[in-house]
Amino acid sequence: MNSLSRLMAITKKEVRQLSRDRLTFGMIVGIPIIQMLLFGYAINTDVRNLKTAVADQANTHLSRQFVSELRETQVVRIVDQVETPAMLEELLRLGEISIGVVIPRDFERRVIDPDRPAVHLLVDGSDPTISGVANQLRVMPVAFDTGVHEKPVNNVEVRPYYNPERHTPVNVIPGLMGIILTLTMMLFTAVAIVRERERGNLELLINTPVSSAELMIGKVIPYIIIGMVQLALILVVGDILFQVPMRGSVFELYLAAGVFIAANLSLGLVISTVAKTQFQAMQMTFFVLLPSILLSGFVFPFDGMPKFAQYIGEVLPVTHFIRLTRGIMLRDAALSELYPELIALGLFILIAMTAAALRFTKRLD
Amino acid sequence: MNANFAIESRGLSKHFGTLKAVDQLDLRVPRGQIYGFLGPNGSGKSTTIRMLCGLLTPTEGSATVLGTEIPGSARLLKPKIGYMTQKFSLFGDMTVFENLQFIAEIYSFPKQKRTARIEELLKKYDLLEQRKQLAGTMSGGQKQRLALACAVLHRPELLLLDEPTSAVDPQSRRDFWANLFRLAEGGTTIMVSTHYMDEAERCHRLAILDHGVKVADGTPRELQASTGMHIIEVTADDPYHAQEALDESTAIVSVTQLGVRLRVLIPEQFSDPLSEVRNCLTKHSIKADVQLTAASLEDVFVAVTMGSGELAT
Repeated sequence: MNSLSRLMAITKKEVRQLSRDRLTFGMIVGIPIIQMLLFGYAINTDVRNLKTAVADQANTHLSRQFVSELRETQVVRIVDQVETPAMLEELLRLGEISIGVVIPRDFERRVIDPDRPAVHLLVDGSDPTISGVANQLRVMPVAFDTGVHEKPVNNVEVRPYYNPERHTPVNVIPGLMGIILTLTMMLFTAVAIVRERERGNLELLINTPVSSAELMIGKVIPYIIIGMVQLALILVVGDILFQVPMRGSVFELYLAAGVFIAANLSLGLVISTVAKTQFQAMQMTFFVLLPSILLSGFVFPFDGMPKFAQYIGEVLPVTHFIRLTRGIMLRDAALSELYPELIALGLFILIAMTAAALRFTKRLD
Repeated sequence: MNANFAIESRGLSKHFGTLKAVDQLDLRVPRGQIYGFLGPNGSGKSTTIRMLCGLLTPTEGSATVLGTEIPGSARLLKPKIGYMTQKFSLFGDMTVFENLQFIAEIYSFPKQKRTARIEELLKKYDLLEQRKQLAGTMSGGQKQRLALACAVLHRPELLLLDEPTSAVDPQSRRDFWANLFRLAEGGTTIMVSTHYMDEAERCHRLAILDHGVKVADGTPRELQASTGMHIIEVTADDPYHAQEALDESTAIVSVTQLGVRLRVLIPEQFSDPLSEVRNCLTKHSIKADVQLTAASLEDVFVAVTMGSGELAT
């Protein structure tokens, strides 16, 4: 089998070159670990300790009790006490606080009167998460301390499945897996081929009996293995540092990852046929990466996006992979139940590979 | 097809948009010879070589290369040709040995003979000491020897060399040509493009290309004999003013300065070129030694490229 031995020769050469390129080698391990540490610890949607200032104009026993209860929720951290609502507005504008609490002079009368709000919250609406948190504070009970707090009526009870402690890394890591693989797989393949063209190696290679298919597959094989290694790394670090559960089958997760990696590599190949320099290849990778982060459901819930953004999201491989990882890892879903996502990825590979193959043969001319 | 020719092209053309990079090229390259391709930059040398090895599809015309039709399936041709690119195109981050090994694998060179062949090449091309050196860190001459070793590893019948000596010193060029002659003796057909006259002179046959058109071909001797020009050498103390004086003559097609000497080209139809030159010089009272001489390849080149253009007007 000459074809197979040529393919292996390309793969061997690629691995050899990769092992000499220390920076790239470092990135293979470094990128996933650094990003996991960064995002795993930094992204926290369970917001606490918002900087808050209070303008307690009533200054009564009841109002002071309200403020101390507010402090006990730990949602806010009271950093300042001021005289007037105007001063609160000033602090908000300067960005010194996120929430300002106004307790009016007639606080106690307002507490008895069900038609008038007893407390005003001035909220920095420039961050949507903070407004969301402020809304939680609306259900705080305010009443004369009779020793017995009247419980607020709960018409709707919320039971968070799969992540009852609302531990953010549990949501972040499965998605981050998709983002990291998108970045590294796409970038490595695109750059690997463009670099060969830039250095003139390609002109030599296309004059040998190597076919474009042998060349492309041979170059891509090492990166599939690298992708699998990165996946293992993410799973291990996620388990040790963030206790991310692995409720479904690891084998099925790897199967899904294999399909997803293939999708990214084929996209990388498409980029490599368009880009003339490594710099262009990098720019194109980031052009795909940004929507992959923002429109895939990784950061913002997919259902909340406008329709056209959802359509763009559906085109991105990472959207489908995140559904797969969250399904398998968190909800113990079987791969067979998630088949629409696999079909979408398969379709993507088919189209991208066809495009790459067509473009590649054309480029020889 | 004539089996004596390694390459035979008929009206081979390549257009890039409105630019005719190669225009109606007829070539016949005999087997076992070194065939030179002389022409200035942008004359279509690389484009022709790329068409002949199936990298570019001709816009018009066709060629038979080692019995394979171009345009057609170049796949069958690849194992039979060796190609050396203008720019060093081997892998700079692999050692000399690894590069050779890779090429051997790509060409499916028989496994049991692989090591012996690589050792043979390392010795032949004086690369034994560089065996473990990264190719990217070698000198121009060493890189060129490695590129040639890689191009001939699979013992191709036809070797296509695209300006192979543009980045090496004169000594390396001499050694390189010695290697080429050895290969030709072994039966390899070699097609080499160049813009060096001394290299062109070493070829068995050569074709001169100008703006994609073949303006002359033959052996260097034949070309020198059929310039259609008188070649006159003028040795003057003041070559600058001598040249100014000669430029006034309508008979003179070209004046080229070589130090204190001037090479003057006058078409053959002028029966007394020496007096033409002498008259010109005495008119400006310039003293000079004027002699008829044999054409060099550079004269041929000047005659067929710029000379032909001026004659036509």
